[in-house]
Amino acid sequence: MSRNSLRGLHAAALTGTLVLASSAGFAADPIKLGVLEDQSGDFALATIGKVHAIQLAADEINKAGGIAGRPLQLVVYDTQSDNTRYQEFMRRVLQRDKVDVVFAGFSSASREAYRPIVDQFNGFAFYNNQYEGGVCDGHMIVTGAVPEQQFSTLIPYMMQTYGKKVYTLAADYNFGQISAEWVRNIVKENGGQMVGEEFIPLGVSQFSQSIQNIQKAKPDFVVTLLVGTAQASYYEQAASANVNLPMASSVNVGQGYEHKRFKPPSLKDMYVTTNYIEEIDTPESKAFYAKFKAKFPSEPYVNQEAENSYLAVYLYKQMVERAKSTKRDDIRKVIALGDLCMDAPEGKVCIDPKSQHMSHTIYLAKVGADHAITFPKVWKDIKPYWLGEAGCDLTKKDPTTQYTPSNPPPKS
Amino acid sequence: MDIATLAFSALYQFGDAFAFLVLSACGLAVIFGMMGVINLAHGEFIMCGAYVTASTVHAGLPLPLAILCGALVSALVGVLVERLVIRHLYDRPLDTIVATWGLSLIATQGTLIMIGSSMAGVGTPFGSFQVGQYSYSIYRIVLFLAALGVLGGLYALFNWTRFGVLARATIQVPHMAAALGVDTRLIYSLTFACGAGLAGLAGGLYAPTMTLVPTMGATFIMEAFVTVVIGGADVFLGTAPAGGVLAVVKSAMTSWQGQLFGQIGLLVAVIIVVRVLPKGISGFVLRERT
Repeated sequence: MSRNSLRGLHAAALTGTLVLASSAGFAADPIKLGVLEDQSGDFALATIGKVHAIQLAADEINKAGGIAGRPLQLVVYDTQSDNTRYQEFMRRVLQRDKVDVVFAGFSSASREAYRPIVDQFNGFAFYNNQYEGGVCDGHMIVTGAVPEQQFSTLIPYMMQTYGKKVYTLAADYNFGQISAEWVRNIVKENGGQMVGEEFIPLGVSQFSQSIQNIQKAKPDFVVTLLVGTAQASYYEQAASANVNLPMASSVNVGQGYEHKRFKPPSLKDMYVTTNYIEEIDTPESKAFYAKFKAKFPSEPYVNQEAENSYLAVYLYKQMVERAKSTKRDDIRKVIALGDLCMDAPEGKVCIDPKSQHMSHTIYLAKVGADHAITFPKVWKDIKPYWLGEAGCDLTKKDPTTQYTPSNPPPKS
Repeated sequence: MDIATLAFSALYQFGDAFAFLVLSACGLAVIFGMMGVINLAHGEFIMCGAYVTASTVHAGLPLPLAILCGALVSALVGVLVERLVIRHLYDRPLDTIVATWGLSLIATQGTLIMIGSSMAGVGTPFGSFQVGQYSYSIYRIVLFLAALGVLGGLYALFNWTRFGVLARATIQVPHMAAALGVDTRLIYSLTFACGAGLAGLAGGLYAPTMTLVPTMGATFIMEAFVTVVIGGADVFLGTAPAGGVLAVVKSAMTSWQGQLFGQIGLLVAVIIVVRVLPKGISGFVLRERT
């Protein structure tokens, strides 16, 4: 036998085994879910729980027979609170690991770092985090809450309760800047006045001067949009300087459980709008919390983003089972029907087909002097309406762009 | 607003920035200035001091004792690190950078894995006081006094004690000191421990005012390094005036335009000082003197 024909035989044998292997394993071929979250670095505190939530949901789903009979396999990388790691690992999960879907990102900076890569490789990603809103991108599903859900509820409540003079202290990057713009607009619409705004670079931990600036401006309450563990030092320092002003936030408590970490009463009169925290006292929430603690007994806190990540896995299961496919285009046809809903630990949630964002139950959490949480108000079924009303309609057109109130979708 | 209120507020902000710069930098300055070792694990010694302080407070110790515990434990860890790692790299300064950087990564991630992503805070003591329309934290004044105390203590230690004389002799002409019977290895070890202990002290002092997380050392590192870089090799003549100059720039810029400009001002000041005085402030002062 000549050398060439031998090689041919060899190749044929190889292909044969490959074909056999894939046809034999077809029914149980796993669905691969990439998980890119920060398990170390400045954001780890708020995001390790997201990974655990995804593991919890995946275990439950696999025990109950998987997604459409296929097991769910997680491909987890630690992105180290570093935007370049997001880009690196996003390329890796899409190109090398060939995952069907990716759950990725905490900070908006990281999301905007990886989003072009998802678009470029035609991937499918879930961002399971509250954020400043405005991402109109068919490759993305956002399960976190957005400003029309968190600020349109919170700011008017605070202005009615405490007064119309507002001071914003925000982290200096896209999240803080765009959220501050939302706050400014809502304050103006409600006849209030911004008496000051300061943007704090990430990683800053000393706030003496900012505290004095706030006292000088004499606001009725302070909107704190501080991100990362370093910036959380503000509360302790403001309390020790006796600032004694009510605070409002869309990120604190619900992500970084500051009320558990700092000594009372440094977070007294902090008001947060969140779609989930572990203190929520409904049977669904208690059941979720119990399951979580059973699997991860040393979890310090089950936060908003953990719940978003947990429900996102079940949402993805429903999408795949209804589309009978893991292809993004097939799944988006199901989303376009507009009836993709589920019962989450927070209550019923639905995906809005125009923006691929999610409706939420919004809980107003108030931190007391002893750091106990009460819920003075609950808003049911708040829709992520802004993008749709502004002109983003992913069922018709996919601009893969992030819009802001000052940079809305072009009117066509 | 009257002049007195304004003046006090400017003074308070200056003192606050000064304390942060000096306390973060002192330990680094001792280790770099006296030994020429660039300790990139400086932030983790600070974190160690803060963690020990917080856990001993949770265990029931009063805060001042807890802070001392934090400093002592950091110093002991410093001895260990010196014995195991730094000792073997004294004639390879660049390698100490890599080694201490590795240590810092191990310490941060090790703390995250073993202790968790955060530790409960201890709360700031002493309350507040009012001047004009502003209220201030009393503990911040304590921090300022502590910074002055540390500077005075270091001056006394290195100029008035036998250890100080031996340490300076060892640093200037190690072979001669050894020939005269000084145990130079012990002196190096103690000096490194002193630097690590000062870092721990800074961590302990700031522990009540900050988030306690494994990465907390990183928030001190930039200020510590720029203060040492523009201060130069002498601990007392360098760190104190460098802290003073940078604190004026930082507090003035922050009160004028906010935190971002405070940081920009700080870094611009550093660039200018390094350009004009390449050997740092202490190099300039010492050259003038001789």
